[in-house]
Amino acid sequence: MAEKLKFRDPDLAKRITEKIHEIAPKKEAVKICHVCGTHEWTITHFGIRSLLPENVEVIAGPGCPVCVTPASEVDEAVQIALKGMAVTCFGDVLRVPGSKMSLLDAKAEGAEVRVVYSVSDAIRIAEKEPNKEFAFFAIGFETTAPSTAVEILNKPPENFSFLVSHRLIPPAMKMLVEMKDLNLNGFIAPGHVSTIIGLKPYEIFPKIYGMPTVVAGFEPLDVLFGVYMILKQLREGKPSLENEYARAVRWEGNTKAQELMQKVFDVVDGNWRGLGTISCSKFTLNEKYAVYDAHLKHDVKVEHGVDIQRGCRCHLVIIGKIKPTECPLFMKACTPQKPVGACMVSIEGTCRIWVKTINRVDK
Amino acid sequence: MCLAIPAKVVSVRQEKARVDFGEGVLREVNVTLVKAKVGDYVLVHAGYAIQVLDEKEAQETIRLWNEILEAETVQK
Repeated sequence: MAEKLKFRDPDLAKRITEKIHEIAPKKEAVKICHVCGTHEWTITHFGIRSLLPENVEVIAGPGCPVCVTPASEVDEAVQIALKGMAVTCFGDVLRVPGSKMSLLDAKAEGAEVRVVYSVSDAIRIAEKEPNKEFAFFAIGFETTAPSTAVEILNKPPENFSFLVSHRLIPPAMKMLVEMKDLNLNGFIAPGHVSTIIGLKPYEIFPKIYGMPTVVAGFEPLDVLFGVYMILKQLREGKPSLENEYARAVRWEGNTKAQELMQKVFDVVDGNWRGLGTISCSKFTLNEKYAVYDAHLKHDVKVEHGVDIQRGCRCHLVIIGKIKPTECPLFMKACTPQKPVGACMVSIEGTCRIWVKTINRVDK
Repeated sequence: MCLAIPAKVVSVRQEKARVDFGEGVLREVNVTLVKAKVGDYVLVHAGYAIQVLDEKEAQETIRLWNEILEAETVQK
């Protein structure tokens, strides 16, 4: 569909870039924040920052779930694995540093850690091996949480439990907008989180904080038009909520997914790596489903972990205060092969993305 | 992590659908979260279809983009 409909039309890209330059303020700085690893990939891969006026900056917020999962929760997964249970997880979680070791380190020490493509694959593995205990490390934002909810309601096998670590994006955006020294002027809201939650949760940003907010898709033109729409709102002094990604995002979102999430999860305060506690930002299993809670089943609870290792600047990269290249460890002590900070791990981590395109991004 | 890939629904059987990611990549995905029928494009995230793509809205987006570009040109 994308090809047929010219979502990557270079002529449109050239013309909208010209319009962005026309409409942008001539001197005052504009700082637009996105909160999605896939947006960072599009922006970096296609060199979008190099197309924008010098005073228009697009920064990457905490949009990578792997990066914000705190060390304490990785420690819990590691503990379960070291106790002899099999831990299943998404591939990009494997190298995320815990306080002392990652799941990959635990695997190297003989623990059973298996990578899966989806939670349903994890369940299929558990069904094939009924005599072994399996725990699934359920990380991810609202995009991923519905799949966990589906499988919990499908009654997983007795030898299966969930280490629920899902986090919610709008509370993190609220925290960013309230950080006065960040001086944000607009949000590009995450397209795929929005397919689930819809637009309503973002209404507070223009209404209460006067922050232009545009839900955008992931083609380079989506991002460029998103930036244009924010700049237009700023110029007219009319902050509002707009949906650039209407082909995938409905106003009400995916109501079925919302209903299933409401059934199985409770919303609680959550610790985000490098950001501290954000109120009402984490899903935990509702007590009705406690039988599937890996914390209770395997008696693990880690309250505090070492989120930021010595010298690491992930806590500043994750809110766009510094660029990855400004971290003293970037591609020296911290590399994709041996990451020190969580932002270097996942293909959606800002540092990891910058490594891949280092010769093309503005250093 | 929130990466989602569009795919065309080839067949549906209860909560499972076979989808085509293009260039011959076929995979079974879970469609519990959406009402998808054969021929629809769905967004697939970690093995689950999370939304049905709206082709009319996609065309509308392109139309709006062109409108934005034209309108601004006239203002010049």
